[in-house]
Amino acid sequence: MSPINAARTQTARSAAAAEWQSLCARNDLVANSGVVAWVDGQQVALFHLPDSGAGEQVFAIANKDPKSGANVIGRGILGQIKGELVIASPLYKQHFRLADGRCLEYPEQQLKVWPARIAGDAVEIAVN
Amino acid sequence: MNSIVTPIKRETLIIVGNGMVGHHCVEQLVERGALAHYQVHVYGEERQRAYDRVHLSEYFGGRDAESLAMCTADYYASHGVQAHLGVQVLEIDRERREVVTSAGRHAYDRLVLATGSYPFVPPIAGAEGNARLVYRTLDDLDAIRAAATGARRGVVVGGGLLGLEAANALKSLGLEAHVVEFAPRLMPVQLDEQGGDALKARIEALGVGVHLSRATQEIIVGEEYAYRMAFQDGEFLETDLIVFSAGIRPQDALGRSAGLEIGARGGVVIDNDCRTSDPAIFAIGECAAWNGSVFGLVAPGYTMARTVAAQLAGEAHTPFTGADMSTKLKLLGVDVGSIGDAHGATPGSKSYRFIDEASASYRRLVVSPDGKTVIGAVLVGDNSYYDTLLQYAQNGIKLPAEPSGLILPAGEGAPALGADALPDSATICSCHNVTKGAVCCQVDAGVTELGELKAATKAATGCGGCAALLKQVFEHELAARGVTVDKSLCEHFAHTRQELYGIVRVEGIHSFDELLARHGRGHVGCDICKPAVGSILASCWNQPITDPALIPLQDTNDTFMANMQKNGTYSVVPRIPGGEITPEGLIVIGQVAKKYDLYTKITGGQRIDLFGAQLHQLPDIWAELIAAGFETGHAYGKSLRTVKSCVGSTWCRYGVQDSVGMALLLENRYKGLRSPHKIKFAVSGCTRECAEAQSKDVGVIATDKGWNLYVAGNGGMRPRHAELFATDLDDETLIRYIDRFLMFYVRTADKLQRTSVWRESLEGGLDYLKAVVIDDSLGLAAELESQMQHVVDTYECEWANAIGDADKLKRFRTFVNDARPDPDIHFVKERGQRRPARATELHLIPVAEEV
Repeated sequence: MSPINAARTQTARSAAAAEWQSLCARNDLVANSGVVAWVDGQQVALFHLPDSGAGEQVFAIANKDPKSGANVIGRGILGQIKGELVIASPLYKQHFRLADGRCLEYPEQQLKVWPARIAGDAVEIAVN
Repeated sequence: MNSIVTPIKRETLIIVGNGMVGHHCVEQLVERGALAHYQVHVYGEERQRAYDRVHLSEYFGGRDAESLAMCTADYYASHGVQAHLGVQVLEIDRERREVVTSAGRHAYDRLVLATGSYPFVPPIAGAEGNARLVYRTLDDLDAIRAAATGARRGVVVGGGLLGLEAANALKSLGLEAHVVEFAPRLMPVQLDEQGGDALKARIEALGVGVHLSRATQEIIVGEEYAYRMAFQDGEFLETDLIVFSAGIRPQDALGRSAGLEIGARGGVVIDNDCRTSDPAIFAIGECAAWNGSVFGLVAPGYTMARTVAAQLAGEAHTPFTGADMSTKLKLLGVDVGSIGDAHGATPGSKSYRFIDEASASYRRLVVSPDGKTVIGAVLVGDNSYYDTLLQYAQNGIKLPAEPSGLILPAGEGAPALGADALPDSATICSCHNVTKGAVCCQVDAGVTELGELKAATKAATGCGGCAALLKQVFEHELAARGVTVDKSLCEHFAHTRQELYGIVRVEGIHSFDELLARHGRGHVGCDICKPAVGSILASCWNQPITDPALIPLQDTNDTFMANMQKNGTYSVVPRIPGGEITPEGLIVIGQVAKKYDLYTKITGGQRIDLFGAQLHQLPDIWAELIAAGFETGHAYGKSLRTVKSCVGSTWCRYGVQDSVGMALLLENRYKGLRSPHKIKFAVSGCTRECAEAQSKDVGVIATDKGWNLYVAGNGGMRPRHAELFATDLDDETLIRYIDRFLMFYVRTADKLQRTSVWRESLEGGLDYLKAVVIDDSLGLAAELESQMQHVVDTYECEWANAIGDADKLKRFRTFVNDARPDPDIHFVKERGQRRPARATELHLIPVAEEV
């Protein structure tokens, strides 16, 4: 199990008590790319990796790019840098780790992340 | 607080002449900190600041005065050097230590003469007007260009180095070029008889007439052409213009009238410190005579400039003790090299010769009487031997057991002198006197990029002849220190883009996953390799980029087939081929813009950009545009953008061809071609060039006989003029050449490399590119054409493809679970249209007014 996956399992476990909220159907997702969901005034980018080498994964991360202030993270390119899954912002190309939202180039920038899962046909995130 | 600052008394140094050598002197003074001691004034007779005369012929190949300049426009001012350009120094008053100009008198403490030389025009009756052109300055070239308008044939008098350069210039102006030489062979100074023969054969094969042992008696009015040159032997040659390039004379008039000692064959006499007979006056470059000789090359001039600058800076200096006149040139595309005692004039010297009459190649190696060292060489046809031979000659390296191996064709086991065999004292760049030791110092100091090395040492920035050797030494030194030169695309692929392109084609790979599994690392890739591979797959197989397997590879703009702007909205650009649009088309664009409240702006590529669309609006907007007959403009892609055109012969009284028709043909042919970077075209209907084709990747300019093709230009951050590639092409040949050029670029360029940078990175330069595209030297032409035909045949409008597929449109939702638009996008009105609100304006916008 990759370190990221381990970390994710932990977040998922600690969030076990939290409420899982269904955002959309599985086929609303785009394989190896992102879509954006509206969650009570927040914009959540959902990234779907059907097979990243560690089985099927889905990630939820805030959609607002702190550098431009625009809601564009969901439209970035998925990638892996030094073993860590990242999303590249489409405007200024800085990378955010999907695991914890930390920016690789500007560590002071951090995006909110939510535990996410696919349950049956539903894509869910844990909200507190 | 009352301290008195004693002003440092600065002497006045005047440099007369702002050519390459005068400029180098200023640079050296700056570098050596001499400006603390001197107030420096530079006088230049020409309007332009110093420019690269070595590459003057490129002025007709597309380079302008600015790109030939030796420094940035503010270089002098930023270092406190006062440049007086376009001001001629008329006299030197040595008694009062003043120079006299049209603007008055100017006192000096020290004076440097760098007035260069002027072309020698033999006294021939009738040599006037267009029959008395010379080739020395940018103004001269402008005069030649003007004379060439409407001319068919041009003659150069003088078959030396500069004469052949001038012939090349005439050729690039589209004239039939001839060279008339008084001596029985070309380049009599540098070449021996067989070398001259080989060069003549090669130059004639290029369509340049060569007339040897011809002395022009007089020039009279011609019958078929404007002038007739009557030769001594009763023969004649007719021509529309004549350029004299029969040698140079030192420009020593100032020194002469000031009573300085002048050499027997001209030139201001200097000693080993470059001092004239007046100790306050130095002379450097082609105006100076050292030991009776005037040096007509840039490297000795630079050496003199350094000698003088060091003395003025109060540093220890190396005396000037003559110069190596070895040269390596490409004349009319033919390699010519001459080293040391090329004629074997040293008593007792022995020569080895290699003659290949089939390809007109010639090489001669001259060795010392004891047979131990190289003392001279002649090369015609292939300069790849030059660097090694020069190092043998300059460093007295002991010859191998079989010296002939040094000039035998490679592959015969020629013992090439590796970079490691060179001593540290070996000169790599003779223009800037950079030794191998200096390169090693930079590597030790941590330099790992060739560009950094060039900036730090200036090596290969003079004549550029040492570029290949410099790279070789640099990479060798890096390797010796265990630094590997990493050319990997990214951490997932240990390949260059070119290598990946080859793999994709050869193995017939159609997906990123397959390529990654077979040749890469990991399962995901990144934002470097995914778009690069996406582009390669599209160039090779041209499947719709909207296919589910290809979508995640695309850069943001390609994914949604629109250009993302700073606030996350998109701009939309329908294709308007050649900039031609009907009123109905214009009305539809207007209606769409109005309906969706899009900001509209005319682009530089003659189309219309519609800004401010949100993701979910794109399909509706495109449905309306497609219904009206529009196609995607690929403004978002690394692909063909536009073919700009003027109205051409259809409307314009000057037009000679239908430029709009050609622009439509080209745009419709190449639209959709995915490439390493964006590609822009333009077509001009006449030589007035209203479409600015010479600033494009592919530029086409009409002639009375067809089309001239220019390649590898661009605007942007580092503008580059396109270079003339082929002339007077018919439509079919034009398209064939463009097919091959573009596909060769697609195949071999690095990721995100424009054609201009790619062209500059090609070893062998423009001539190599011409050989590949025009002469099919790699035997690739048919393959390149068929690949292009595949792309053309499989073209499909990507937006039409997406509009017809509900699954593909699902991605075009701002939110997958909510129909609302993005509430954070705000606009304000400006000049009658809306634009993104600035952060400072947001509080002015009522919360209710969500767009």
